[in-house]
Amino acid sequence: MSMTATAGRGHSDPHHIGLVIEHPGPAPKRTVTAYGFWVFLLSDIVMFSCFFAAHAVLADQTAGGPKGSEIFEQRNVAIETVCLLLSSFTCGMASIAADVRNRFWFYLGMTVTCVLGMIFLAIEFREFADLVARGYGPSRSAFLTSFFSLVGCHGLHVSAGVLWLLTMMAQVFAKGFRADVLRRMMCFALFWHALDIVWVGVFSVVYLLGSGA
Amino acid sequence: MSDHMQVRADHDIAPGDEEQHNVGQRILGYVVGLGLALLLTATSFFIAGTDLVWQPSIPVALIVLAIAQMGVHLVFFLHITTGPDNTNNVLALAFGLLVVFLVVGGSVWIMGHLNQNMLPMDQIMQMHR
Repeated sequence: MSMTATAGRGHSDPHHIGLVIEHPGPAPKRTVTAYGFWVFLLSDIVMFSCFFAAHAVLADQTAGGPKGSEIFEQRNVAIETVCLLLSSFTCGMASIAADVRNRFWFYLGMTVTCVLGMIFLAIEFREFADLVARGYGPSRSAFLTSFFSLVGCHGLHVSAGVLWLLTMMAQVFAKGFRADVLRRMMCFALFWHALDIVWVGVFSVVYLLGSGA
Repeated sequence: MSDHMQVRADHDIAPGDEEQHNVGQRILGYVVGLGLALLLTATSFFIAGTDLVWQPSIPVALIVLAIAQMGVHLVFFLHITTGPDNTNNVLALAFGLLVVFLVVGGSVWIMGHLNQNMLPMDQIMQMHR
């Protein structure tokens, strides 16, 4: 009420003595949604840090079982890392395409992201199946328990991310680039990039540090 | 002061959003980020397998490289910057990092001391006999 009154008599108040700074009001919904999701992602990272802490503490407790240097294959880890990194890039391309409402580049970027994510999952699943087949399952030693839970937890996140990715493609297909769909797309991009950040910690601490020790 | 308030008012941006909306510049940002991340990743894998450097320095180098790469991802992919429009996002990140360091650092520190102060396992077994 007072704001409109102030604006109305602006011409009779040359020194702006009665000027009321217009209150900006609540932030746009896009900002609020993404900020809430950002806080969720940080709490997710805190949860991962607990798994990292457990792994750091238990990495030497092999109970006579294999050490990290005996079971890790660096070539596979390198391929997984490159897959996830490239998928982060293509996910960025897809979110730019969504912002400029270009369907072709959006579908292309999301498809490539999906394929790279599935290659990552396939390699990881094969590694796990191979370890279990050799008798080095999660129940073999505390080291393997922490390894399977940390890497497996990241793998589950990637699986959920792939499902979410397909959902986003379907939503854009069915509903187009509506504001709510774009907000979900932004949250998905945040999620996918955050998973890549967690993977940087995994391959550095678990695989590279683990095979050196 | 009021000018400052006016500028900031409608400029808080969402995490992941960028200030400029030129498509070419945005793509360039991702390309630069991808290049830096690939470089750091390659360095990590090279350092881990090489015997060219002083061996005890390798774990430290790997951790430093990992933190650097996380920084690259944050800046170029998640667009977390030091700009005034990003204060909320950076503060949330700072609190998250505080908890992460407390959890990881505290666990490693305490468990390391417990391991050092514990009797060797065979002596514990003898005491129980």
